Amino acid sequence: MDAEPYLNRDFPETHIDTPLRRRAIAALVLLLGVLISQGCGGEYPQSALHPSSDSAEILDRLFDQIFWWAVGVFVVVAGMLIYVFVRFRERPGDARPKQVHGHLLLEVGWTLAPALILVAIAIPTIRAIFIIDRSTPDPEALVVEVIGKQWWWEFRYPELGIVTANEAHVPLGRTVDLRLRSADVMHSFWIPRLAGKRDLVPGIENQLWFRPDSVGVFHGQCAEFCGTAHALMGMRVIVDEPDDFERWARANAAPALTPGDAEARAGQGVFMANACVSCHAVRGTQAMGQFGPDLTHFGSRLTIASGVLENTPADLARWLDSTQHVKPGNLMPEVELSDAQVRQLVAYLGSLR
Amino acid sequence: MAMTDAHSTGIGSWLTTVDHKRIAIMYFVVGFAFLLIAGVEGQLIRLQLAAPERSFLDPDLYNQLFTMHGTTMVFFAGMPLVVAFFNFVVPLQIGARDVAFPRLNAFSFWVFLFGGLFLYASVPLRVMPDGGWFAYMPLTNAEYSPGPGIDFYVLSLLISGVGSIAGGLNFLVTILNMRAPGMTFMRMPLFTWMALIVSALILLAFPPFTVGLIFMLFDRRFGTHFFDAAAGADPVLWQHLFWVFGHPEVYILILPAFGIVSDVIPTFSRKILFGYPVVVFSGVLIAFLGFGVWVHHMFSVGLGPVVNAVFGGATMLIAIPTGIKIFNWIATMWGGRLRFRTAMLFAVGLVATFTIGGLSGVMHSSPPADLQQTDTYFVVAHFHYVLIGGTVFGLFCGFYYWFPKATGRMLHEGLGKAHFWLSFIALNVTFFPMHFSGLLGMPRRTYTYAEGLGLDVFNLISTAGAFIFTLSFVPLVWNLWRAWRRGEAAGHNPWDASTLEWTMASPPPHYNFAEIPAVDRRDPLWHPYIEPESRREGDEPGGVVPRQQPEEPPEPVVMPNPSYWPLVLAVGMLLMTIGGLGSLGLTLFGLLVTAVGLFAWAFEPPFGGGVH
Repeated sequence: MDAEPYLNRDFPETHIDTPLRRRAIAALVLLLGVLISQGCGGEYPQSALHPSSDSAEILDRLFDQIFWWAVGVFVVVAGMLIYVFVRFRERPGDARPKQVHGHLLLEVGWTLAPALILVAIAIPTIRAIFIIDRSTPDPEALVVEVIGKQWWWEFRYPELGIVTANEAHVPLGRTVDLRLRSADVMHSFWIPRLAGKRDLVPGIENQLWFRPDSVGVFHGQCAEFCGTAHALMGMRVIVDEPDDFERWARANAAPALTPGDAEARAGQGVFMANACVSCHAVRGTQAMGQFGPDLTHFGSRLTIASGVLENTPADLARWLDSTQHVKPGNLMPEVELSDAQVRQLVAYLGSLR
Repeated sequence: MAMTDAHSTGIGSWLTTVDHKRIAIMYFVVGFAFLLIAGVEGQLIRLQLAAPERSFLDPDLYNQLFTMHGTTMVFFAGMPLVVAFFNFVVPLQIGARDVAFPRLNAFSFWVFLFGGLFLYASVPLRVMPDGGWFAYMPLTNAEYSPGPGIDFYVLSLLISGVGSIAGGLNFLVTILNMRAPGMTFMRMPLFTWMALIVSALILLAFPPFTVGLIFMLFDRRFGTHFFDAAAGADPVLWQHLFWVFGHPEVYILILPAFGIVSDVIPTFSRKILFGYPVVVFSGVLIAFLGFGVWVHHMFSVGLGPVVNAVFGGATMLIAIPTGIKIFNWIATMWGGRLRFRTAMLFAVGLVATFTIGGLSGVMHSSPPADLQQTDTYFVVAHFHYVLIGGTVFGLFCGFYYWFPKATGRMLHEGLGKAHFWLSFIALNVTFFPMHFSGLLGMPRRTYTYAEGLGLDVFNLISTAGAFIFTLSFVPLVWNLWRAWRRGEAAGHNPWDASTLEWTMASPPPHYNFAEIPAVDRRDPLWHPYIEPESRREGDEPGGVVPRQQPEEPPEPVVMPNPSYWPLVLAVGMLLMTIGGLGSLGLTLFGLLVTAVGLFAWAFEPPFGGGVH
């Protein structure tokens, strides 16, 4: 039997495609314009495209190279597709086209061309891997231990005797050698402008290094899903001029100051008499808790609750009032405090500079 | 002859059916329902992220939603929709009357369905799993996830995994053993080829995952230490077991779409596939390499420079066979007479959008570059381009292509095209901005983001795109309703396609082929139009005999009996699964039902009451 009766059957067709398509393409071009203008201007404190260290710079350059290869390939493929759509659209009365089984040379060609592009990508890639994935060769590097905990970061400077949380100060121009550990689940350390990600794996010590090349406050956050407050596990790395760093390090290695004014002293009393002491340490006092962040120099920090709030008296009061509202799921229990006690605590913590 | 049962349409006939076409419809309906549910979950996620620091969803609910979205899309929407196409198309394309193990096929469906229902039983109980579809240890162990949520994840994937493995085995045997006379490997349609490859992938990829799930179950319930760092184990082991499955799983979802497109593009270009052997072997190569690249999901774990270099290189290699396919599709259209029916639009839509997803994939095949991309929205953009622009577009392409065959009704072209263009726009508007938000510092799986990071505009655009996605389902549903009410009759071969499924009436009779066809070359329905590659095959117009199936079988056809036992067996396994939540009694009762089902199945006569 012949298949002919089933050829060329036409079914009702509205021509919705042409104007819709044109509008679609116009919309996409517009979207692309908006995105590119967005992506190039503006402030992006957590951007991987604005490197500020040698390590991030290596990653960014590599990405740029691969990106332009990809754009080239896309232009070729999209160009061929558009040409094919326009040129080979069926027109009324067209006969069946010539049947082609294949073409050896063409097929070898489009096997080899991508292979060559991949070689061009693989060479700088492998070169970068053997720089980035190794320990830093710099013997002068500043070692900082990073311990990821649900849902905050502990930073320890073994050579300086400093323990702090969520904000690490480092000096400009000196390599920072991070030793990463986890106290509970998987986390991932990510400060995009300074370095790529490195996971914090229970039972394993990982390494990550970078040498910052400009001063400033660099934003980062946990990049491996770690539970309820994963989204709010932020951190800051503050790159200081070497002198400023020295000053910071000296101040932070010292035990806590005894508060001067009466309100702050009252706050210290509240702190020591409540559950605070069982989790937090304030060096130089009887508060030696290990579970929560070390608060010895809390007053010198920029943020509260791993980057959720600015460290202002008003925000600190808000935090102490309702920790679960500010950072849902966090492991700090809500302690019943009167308004006066909150005021006193705010004064005390603010005095810990 | 047992043909009478097959004409019944009562509920009992669906519960007992072993007809691959009916099983396909059930897979499709259930898979599509899960697609819609998971789509709603995605839409809720986008609503929460429309602006910084919104409190539309609380963090725990958000974490549950993205876990359910991913798990559902992969295991209960993507997989069953793929298997729906295997079921409907493969036996028809190879000239078979059913799959090799029809009752096993029904069983696969029932355990898949029960796995999905079991997972969703966690919703009314408000204990949805919240560890992500990847469920990394130790976050998912009994200490950090003490509730039953993760148990729902583990147990539902264990039971539906049994169905997946059985299905993989079934289609592997079907394609190897049930081909019509003359249907050699190199004459098989591309979709059947990809089904063969994917069946092997399922068979090889699911066991390590199953092992991982059992380890996880034991760690959680019986206090073992497979992933416990404190006891000296390495929790990264879970990541290896998960991704050595998880990456081939990506190809399980994408290769069938490639197969569909490789059948559809030639049909609507009216030109045979360019470089058939190359397209076949590039599929084989993708599947083979797919087992050697799983560590590219773990470049930030810190496995060392040598490991990362090897796996980065292997990942790059995959771009070569993938590129070959894309170039061969373009070459097929080159010089053709392109008919832009809806199926063709989805096919070329796949070529365009998958190319974007493939190229961003090359960007994170480079381990150092990936250190800035992994676990950010850049990766979310990448795999949605691959899984929507690839898998979903491919499945819609197949849906518009084979719908007339499956139902005997045509779909409306205008509505189909509206569906295509809306989903094409939606895909790009939703996911293109995520490339930017990712590189500008937005990690995945975060229920909120801070103001002042410069991410607001990108997220707002993405959310707007998600609304267009929701809208795109309107013309689809309208089209289905219209086809149901007054769809035009499809006839045998509405698209003038070249393969065996178009030789019979639409919908096909339950025995498929009144007469088993004999095939003497590829694209049998297009002969004698095609000049043979070499003259040695002779000049006679060949192809397939008969070219069109007779109305009635010339000889009695013996078809397998309907059976309740696959359902009973699946119910037994469901009871065991529910018992796994903490009831030993229920588990033992389920075991008993399973045993009864197995024995009854084994001793039940498979064909028409025995001998006729």
